[in-house]
Amino acid sequence: MDTFYTDLLCVGAGLAGERVAVAAAAGGFDSICLSIVPPRRSHSSAAQGGMQASLGNCCMGQGDCPDVHFADTVKGSDWGCDQEVARLFAETAPIAVREMAFWGIPWNRVVPGKSIYYKAGKQYEKVEAAERSGAIAARDFGGTAKWRTCYTSDGTGHTLLYTMDNEVVRLGVTVHDRVEALALIHDGITCMGVVARCLKTGKLRAYLGKATLIATGGYGKLYRESTNAVINWGDGAAVALDTGLVPIGNPEAVQFHPTGIVPTNILVTEGCRGDGGTLKDVNEERFMNIYEPAKQELASRDVVSRWMTHHIRIGKGVPSAYGPHLWLDIRHLGAQHIKTKLREVEEICNEFLDRDPITQLIPVRPAQHYSMGGVRTDKDGAAYGLKGLYAAGEAACWDLHGFNRLGGNSLAETIVAGRIVGEKIVEYLEGRQTEFKTSVVRQAVNREQERIEGLIGSTGKENVYELRAAMGDVLMDRVGIFRNQADLQGAVEKLQVLYDRSKKLGLRSTSVHGANPELGTALRLPGMVRLALCIAYGALTRTESRGAHAREDYPERNDRDWLKRTLAYWKNEGDPLPVLEYEKPSTVWQMPPGERGYGSTRIICSEDTEICIPKPETN
Amino acid sequence: MSGGVTMGRTLKFNIFRFNPEDPASAPRMDAYFLEETEAMTLFIALNRIREEQDPALMFDFMCRAGICGSCAMMINGRPDLACHTKTKNLPAEITLMPMPVFKLVGDLSVDTGTWFRAMNEKVQSWIHTAKRFDPGQEEERMDNALAEEIYEMERCIECGCCVAACGKANMVPENFMGAAAFNRIARFMIDPRDERNNDEYFEVVGNEDGIFGCLGLLGCEDTCPKNIPLQDELGMLRRKMGFSQVKHLFRALLPGKKMA
Repeated sequence: MDTFYTDLLCVGAGLAGERVAVAAAAGGFDSICLSIVPPRRSHSSAAQGGMQASLGNCCMGQGDCPDVHFADTVKGSDWGCDQEVARLFAETAPIAVREMAFWGIPWNRVVPGKSIYYKAGKQYEKVEAAERSGAIAARDFGGTAKWRTCYTSDGTGHTLLYTMDNEVVRLGVTVHDRVEALALIHDGITCMGVVARCLKTGKLRAYLGKATLIATGGYGKLYRESTNAVINWGDGAAVALDTGLVPIGNPEAVQFHPTGIVPTNILVTEGCRGDGGTLKDVNEERFMNIYEPAKQELASRDVVSRWMTHHIRIGKGVPSAYGPHLWLDIRHLGAQHIKTKLREVEEICNEFLDRDPITQLIPVRPAQHYSMGGVRTDKDGAAYGLKGLYAAGEAACWDLHGFNRLGGNSLAETIVAGRIVGEKIVEYLEGRQTEFKTSVVRQAVNREQERIEGLIGSTGKENVYELRAAMGDVLMDRVGIFRNQADLQGAVEKLQVLYDRSKKLGLRSTSVHGANPELGTALRLPGMVRLALCIAYGALTRTESRGAHAREDYPERNDRDWLKRTLAYWKNEGDPLPVLEYEKPSTVWQMPPGERGYGSTRIICSEDTEICIPKPETN
Repeated sequence: MSGGVTMGRTLKFNIFRFNPEDPASAPRMDAYFLEETEAMTLFIALNRIREEQDPALMFDFMCRAGICGSCAMMINGRPDLACHTKTKNLPAEITLMPMPVFKLVGDLSVDTGTWFRAMNEKVQSWIHTAKRFDPGQEEERMDNALAEEIYEMERCIECGCCVAACGKANMVPENFMGAAAFNRIARFMIDPRDERNNDEYFEVVGNEDGIFGCLGLLGCEDTCPKNIPLQDELGMLRRKMGFSQVKHLFRALLPGKKMA
């Protein structure tokens, strides 16, 4: 068996993983990045709209600063985020954006003079100052007080990822693509690396690192309808959970994006609404202006998705063979704007819907989009429970987003967290020696080898693809945008049955030569169902509504009893349910809980005087 | 997602099968049949074949939205992204082969990752600058029109269609750099942040493995799924590198003379 040694092992080579590897290289340390796909194909590349940073260059962003970005982020999170992390993030984001410009991002720039823009379907005029000409521009996104989202057309994730990977190539960082982590190697105290499966040869490998980073992105593909790429099955979160020591923070905090196209759930960017696009119903009439007079189409994603679902439920959806949907209208933005600032949207509509968004409406419906939850870390990115284990990006619960992430804050998080966590890992690595215990490595490898042999020789009858689809149905139908006791209880019970069935898989393809995709799915399925159970059980237990977690039977945000973060542990493989523990979401309260300015205002106030009476020196 | 609405056609898929890891495997074509459904793409069709008929079938998909470049393959003899290819635009008999030039992983899956990493190393696909990033400084200004021009070339998704469609790359698969590499060089050439001069680019691309090896067949331009204007870029690169070549010749003939 091949064994590889390195200083930093990055599991995942999207934006967050590569940014950490770049930091390690800058600090003089070696890294190996493992990636299921070639790094430039990572899901980071699909992020379209942009990256928030309070540069305040354009006239609609005037007066912006990290304080305002911080406040928007905390409100967006529905006070579920760690405010120390949010502060660190907002202050670092402008530097991170400029660093990416230095490395080669062709950010859209401020064009001086008069131009028109649209907000909520109406036309306005703005004048950009000559002295800001050529500085990095920004567009409007939901839940923000200022235009703050830096962008390159609607291919921002693509240009960021390519530029980051250029740095990886320049620095000579080793990347092993088509490699999937199956388990963490640890002795109960320290993480030493991973057991991985090569997706070219099917062979097992051991990767040993003085530090290990999980940066595998989100777990949207647990859901039936998700904007996520097909590989977003949550492998990193699953292997961390499987240790029994590392918790998943806030698994129930799952974001639904308002504008997945119908069918296929491919995302069209929030930039459509940010640039002035509107949502319309079966009568081609707007409705967000009625539900949310202040922010209208640009309320936060959780709020817009809920109103859309509500509007469909009251019969205002557009009927189709794929169920009712609503319309996104960007026609009034005009051909010139769509062909430059929204060209990926145009391409997606043309290629996947046979529709021209310049002259036709786009069929949309909320679809699962983002996992606010993930491997729980401290503000340095160090995972709870195991020394030497880190996480960053969507795979982590750092916790910047709390119960709802703002558009443009995920790309920003990958770069900012990657930068900060990377520096912390360098500090950790400096002067550090790790003992790799061969007995522990051997044990971990043997366990995976036995799982493979067990599956190949299994007499079980369960079909991997059927079980995976059933899991997706349960989450979609019962742990979706609106939740309630009966649905969630049913979801937990159904998932428990699926978990038992996932131990009796039977393969139709028993080849051990090469990648064998069915075996790959079978190996990851039990971990996926455990994660799904964390989501459903966390949602069942949280008897309040906060951000994206909306309980019909508990509509209030309950700061008195639920101003806390869920920590889900899977202590033993045979356990039927995760163990849930809780912690305070934040140790500092620069911004005490209040109203968001959009969405529900039903709040049960906290009685904790430390949280609710603002200290005089903060604002 | 495939929807239940059938379109009345039964599609026949002829798919290349070979598992190079399996000593017992030999290259062959397998046939599969599917009822065509509304809005069916090759992404939907191939996943259905794998889930319902042949769980061992190897192919690559990632974003399924034409953005990541994972799923390029030969579709009735022409390289294209499978995810955005609709069956209604194809005849009822569809032949799928892996892309040539790239190393075969298995069936329809090829190793584009290794190829493109080597390409990026060869063309030194990064901003070359003597400056150091200063976190305390504002960004350097850039004209928006130039930023958009760079983005136009930055839209390459490294899918490999241009390479698979290239007559020269098929003749000398080990060495020829291909249109994706030329596009990348052109992208850095117009970027003022990159301090390389034309002579330095010439060192990389001014040879028979580079732009002078291009036969001008333009299979690249015809098959680029992102519609990047490769013909214009290759022309620009050839002119600039041709000029550098003349300078090199003069240098060789007139040693000691300083050229502009």
